[in-house]
Amino acid sequence: MTEIPERADIVVVGAGIVGNSVCHHLAELGWRNIVLIEKGPLPDPGGSTGHASNFIFPVDHSREITALTTDSMRQYEKLGTLISCGGVEVAREPARVEELKRRMASARAWGVDAELIDPGRVAELVPFVDPDILLAGFWTPSVAVVDPLRAGALMREQAIADGALTVAASTTVTGIRTDGGRVQRVCTDAGDVETSLVVVACGVWSPRIARLAGGQIPLTPAVHQMMDVGPIPEFEASGTAIAYPIVRDMDALMYERQSGADLEIGSYAHRPILHEPDEIPSLAAAALSPTQLPFTSEDFDPQLEQALELFGSILDRPDAGVRHAINGLLSLTPDGAPVLGPSPEVDGLWSAAAVWIKEGPGVGRMMAEWLTHGDCEFDMHGADIARFYPHQRTREHVRARANEGFNKTYGIVHPREQWESARGRKLSPFHARERAAGAVFFEVGGWERPHWYESNRDLLEEFGDRIHDRPHEWDARWWSPIVEAEHLALRERAAMIDLTAFAQFDVRGPGALDYLQRMTMAQLDRPVGRICYTPVLTPGGGFRSDLTVVRLAEDRFRVITGGADGARDRFWFESHLPADGSASLVDVTSAVCTLGLWGPRARDILAATTEDDVSGEAIPFGTARWIAVDGIPVLALRVSYVGDLGWELHAPFEQGQALWDAIAEAGRPHGIAPAGIGVYGTTGRLEKGYRLMGAELDAEYDPVEAGLALPKVKAADFIGKDAYLAAREGDPAATLCTLTVDDHLGAEGIPRYPQGGEPIVTPAGERIVDRKGRGSAVTSAGPAPSVGRHLLMAYLPPEFAVEGTSLQVEYMAERYPVTVARAGRTPLFDPDDTRMKA
Amino acid sequence: MQLIVVADGQVVPELPAVARSLASRDEPVEAVAFAGTGVPAGDVAGELGGYGVSRLHVVRHELLDEYGPEAWGSALATVIDWLGPAGVLASASHRDTEVLTHAAARAGLPLATNCVRLAGEEDGSGAWRLTRTRSGGVLLEDAELTAPVKLATVAAAVETPQVPLQPADCEVTESAVDVPPELARTRVAERVASETGLSLSTAPVVVSGGRGVGGAEGFVVLEELAERLGGVVGCSRVATNNGWRPHRDQVGLTGTKIAADLYIACGISGATQHWVGCMDSAAILAINTDPEAPMMQRATYAVEGDVHEVVPAVLAEIRRRADGAAGSGRSGVEEPAPAGSSRR
Amino acid sequence: MDIVVCIKRVPAFGAQVPLTDDGLAVDTRHLGFTIGPHEECAVEEAVRLAAAHGGRVTVLTVGPEEAGEQLRYALAMGAHQGVLVDTGTTDLDPEATATAVLAGLADEPAPDLLLFGDASADAGHGQVGVRVALACGLPIVGGVTGIEAESGAVPENGAVAENGAVTENGATLRATRDTPGGTEVFGLSVPAAVAVKEGLNLPRYPTLPGRLKAKKAALRTVTCGPEPGGLRTLGLRRPADDRAGAIPLGRGADAAPAVVDVLAELGKV
Repeated sequence: MTEIPERADIVVVGAGIVGNSVCHHLAELGWRNIVLIEKGPLPDPGGSTGHASNFIFPVDHSREITALTTDSMRQYEKLGTLISCGGVEVAREPARVEELKRRMASARAWGVDAELIDPGRVAELVPFVDPDILLAGFWTPSVAVVDPLRAGALMREQAIADGALTVAASTTVTGIRTDGGRVQRVCTDAGDVETSLVVVACGVWSPRIARLAGGQIPLTPAVHQMMDVGPIPEFEASGTAIAYPIVRDMDALMYERQSGADLEIGSYAHRPILHEPDEIPSLAAAALSPTQLPFTSEDFDPQLEQALELFGSILDRPDAGVRHAINGLLSLTPDGAPVLGPSPEVDGLWSAAAVWIKEGPGVGRMMAEWLTHGDCEFDMHGADIARFYPHQRTREHVRARANEGFNKTYGIVHPREQWESARGRKLSPFHARERAAGAVFFEVGGWERPHWYESNRDLLEEFGDRIHDRPHEWDARWWSPIVEAEHLALRERAAMIDLTAFAQFDVRGPGALDYLQRMTMAQLDRPVGRICYTPVLTPGGGFRSDLTVVRLAEDRFRVITGGADGARDRFWFESHLPADGSASLVDVTSAVCTLGLWGPRARDILAATTEDDVSGEAIPFGTARWIAVDGIPVLALRVSYVGDLGWELHAPFEQGQALWDAIAEAGRPHGIAPAGIGVYGTTGRLEKGYRLMGAELDAEYDPVEAGLALPKVKAADFIGKDAYLAAREGDPAATLCTLTVDDHLGAEGIPRYPQGGEPIVTPAGERIVDRKGRGSAVTSAGPAPSVGRHLLMAYLPPEFAVEGTSLQVEYMAERYPVTVARAGRTPLFDPDDTRMKA
Repeated sequence: MQLIVVADGQVVPELPAVARSLASRDEPVEAVAFAGTGVPAGDVAGELGGYGVSRLHVVRHELLDEYGPEAWGSALATVIDWLGPAGVLASASHRDTEVLTHAAARAGLPLATNCVRLAGEEDGSGAWRLTRTRSGGVLLEDAELTAPVKLATVAAAVETPQVPLQPADCEVTESAVDVPPELARTRVAERVASETGLSLSTAPVVVSGGRGVGGAEGFVVLEELAERLGGVVGCSRVATNNGWRPHRDQVGLTGTKIAADLYIACGISGATQHWVGCMDSAAILAINTDPEAPMMQRATYAVEGDVHEVVPAVLAEIRRRADGAAGSGRSGVEEPAPAGSSRR
Repeated sequence: MDIVVCIKRVPAFGAQVPLTDDGLAVDTRHLGFTIGPHEECAVEEAVRLAAAHGGRVTVLTVGPEEAGEQLRYALAMGAHQGVLVDTGTTDLDPEATATAVLAGLADEPAPDLLLFGDASADAGHGQVGVRVALACGLPIVGGVTGIEAESGAVPENGAVAENGAVTENGATLRATRDTPGGTEVFGLSVPAAVAVKEGLNLPRYPTLPGRLKAKKAALRTVTCGPEPGGLRTLGLRRPADDRAGAIPLGRGADAAPAVVDVLAELGKV
């Protein structure tokens, strides 16, 4: 048994594909005193790495996951542990054919070679399937099978050869000691090791190990059923592990692949079967391995029939028997994405969990970069462990969403699709009024936000043909033309919008200004009462966040950020607080509600509710002032994300309903309408060219490219400044542009509306890639009712980022002409901001 | 009376001790044997007398001349009915167990098999408190046996009670019994002796191969080593399932349970199913590439390495030492060099 | 040849058997269930015999409702029908189990062949076959690893004929088993009972169509609450593992001298 060193620079727990890869990349980046602790034996410790089906389909609708996957494939190949076999996703139902077309768009957008094929071609590629029950196939030649156990062993060996790694197998972590919220040492049954950094790469056991340090890793072990049927003489004759393409029978939510002489069948169709991390059997007590639990055949039975339908020619034979069947364990998270990065709860505790075989090596590389440099090549905000609000880390939430999400593994998930479970967890004080007005709620960060109001349906008649109906069900799903009507009502009169989901932090103290200056790109040293919009950059100069900072006093600021990113932003700000205590941060989200009031009548309405002066002179654009609205103390912020005259009204949470009622009452004579986030986040924003974190803005793009570079660079140092300065010096590799769709008519003879994520291609249909290798794809899409066009945003290389350039957008396997309407941040609607500044 | 069954002619020394410990002070321990065992009754009686057994009942009937489980079981049931013992014990050998099982069924009595501990209940109820093995020995079951006549088979690994056994003159009583003629139907009709004198269950050394041997041809070196050490070759379930070895070579829960002086496990991981078959061996040597394999942890000795490297090296070392011995003139044994050997 | 095969639902466990807190049973929360290997061979043999000689295969089990899973597995292997004697548990003593098996057989037509595994994979009493066969008036041989059936013909083998192993319909079975000294051969006339051991055959894996058919098959359920016999389980425990860790003798071929030293010490060379 290996002796555990007394001290380590970093301890990685878990020698599955993720842990091995983290160690390997840390060693590559120069780390030397790394200790890898594994409870089980090597090379197969008994976790999910040892029983996974090990195939990789590179195309995912998520850019982040596709990037991790293709990076992983490169690594597996370099290690000689990848066999390309090709793979085809087949459609049995018309809806799936549409989904495969959408996958084509993702393949094009992220640069993966793929092709839509007909059933006959599917049968040529995989001679055993019955093409008569198929409608189409999505063929990806680069689909491969990998050996993650071997890859992991090679990664360990390299790190050991570098003199960087000590491996302790069959060693159980019994505790992680912390002091003052910081990791101090890892205790094992073979001795303790002092360290300030622990990476939990324990797959389904991760929550258990993190809890030893007092942290939470929100995932649940869940069953994925697999069986091997054979022998199949044709497979045996091939003499290899895999000679035929892998088939994903998408509508049956299952896959079939050759595995030596057997056909391996896996299913995501059975009922969700969730386990508890604490109740996974030990290595000794498990019949096969701790993550290969007894097969529950009744759950799999419907899949047998579907497998026979597709593969009857080889499965319906007397000699082909079920030779092996398991309930394999994998990790499910509340939103299906991995859980990576530093824990917001315990300093020095890092998570590298809920990672699939197809992403393991790439995740290892990103984690090593993140640990070394503070950020990494790919934008990881969707996988960041800090994205979870406290309620989203609870067992109840994790299980509810995992339960709902499991069957979506191969499902057709609309980009705007809402969760059904664990809803109604965070309600604004306006909620009762909103419900009464027929609000259709979408969720962000647990908050219920009206997306539109059914009570505004009568506005459709008023605005008539200025509103675009969406005749195709897919385009119309999770959408309503009422959004456009609410938009026009705002532009013509006024609208009130619930913005309570904002995350808000009060920063105060003698060091508050210096601290915030260091965190942000914009100059915050402005007079009291000024509102600053500012990017927050990563050390590498990409977008970490963008938010608004209000100077409430010399030494007091309020930071206001979006509900989607509030948890991440809070962790980022808290983890950078000055050690000397000169600045403090208090999360006031739960104390404050926010009502947006915008439109040409906004000032008249607000004036009717207050004795305070709300004129442009009293509250100029870009300033904040305390006023009393019907006796309610309100911080009025003269800003707008929809580009019209008005305010964000911030009030004590418990007085929110009174605020709502006062504005609604005063607005009635002016024809005020409640408007949903559809207006705030899509229509109003897009025609004003405003960027959205997570859509246009992420760590892979810089402020120059996003058109958010400021005229002057402040003197104060700030995170990402060097990179920002460098970006300002050179020509941007891409520029964020606004494009108009010129012709919506699709092949079916009805207009189609791109939703976002689609590739932008040249008139000749060629993929557009910038000099950094980033493909051009739609970051946001939506109608601009005041402009009368459907708008797209996309980063384009300089040669295309020229206003008037004709290009195409590829949507559902068809191409539609588009024109670059704006290169840079100038909006299409009211380019001089006269309305907003009125 | 406590009665010992000697169905296969072998006296197991533990049985009289267990029987004595279960008997009250003046209660005799007697035995029953069958005329068809082929072992002279006098020899058996002599041995039993040494353990304090006072009488040997030898039952006789023409249907008992050849072994037949039903006929022998029926005869034993009759004897139990005659003698009315408080307890009847037999060894865990196949034949003893089979005869006792048939007798129990015919007499309508319960039976506890594979007992490793037997004692009278302290409450004086006359019941037995016992421990028996389950699942091939990975579990122990504590149980209570209550019956007018209590029947049990005693495993080789039984805890032998510390009771004084006074040697006795064991009197032989021969009795004819009635056996229903139709029970001729299950007499052994034919016997085929095994090819070598050594059997898997009795060999002092077993050299066993599993997955790590890789194929039928891989067993050649194991055969050679077994022959060298005066043993036989065994195998794991993997080897049987892959057709590398016949099932009769299988050591394990569903194969043969062995208790060799030395068990050499070559490329066998040591799953429970296998372990319970070899765990009673006095010494176990494991050879495996995986130091974490259960067999490597549980064995007496462990060599980390590939069977195909280790076993030939061991054979070479044995030959080298034998040569050395020959060179010193202590032995004239001539070892034929295997083809390809360049050790000389 | 109509055959009834008796099988038992047993937990499939790994290196260490988990026990419930009260020590009365195996903790099966994380364990799957299976048919013991001996019984799997019995099912396989029955399916083969029925295929070769005609007839139906009925599988019978005693246990809780969930034991239907094991019946369906046997049906998927090719058995024709299943009988579940619902006793609510598999933890019965051998006498009670035999009573329950008999209750299940009561309404079945008398089979030509009644097959058992030599002993269950968990309790391992090895008595139920003998008790049931006796109650049915059938001859029984245990430990069998070879069965040959000949229908209609009087066997040439004199020994078999001498032993009366010829039935009215002329079907005979030649059952062989391994003993420490060699092989014993029995000639049996049907109807008969045989308890078999693993090694008899290589059981097949169920096919997908087989599984689907088995899933839909109706099982006959008989409810039975047999009187307990004289052997009562008080508790289960794991034996103490008194072996110290293995003594390492080295790696690869370099370990040879140390190995031979040990062999010499043990007096084997």
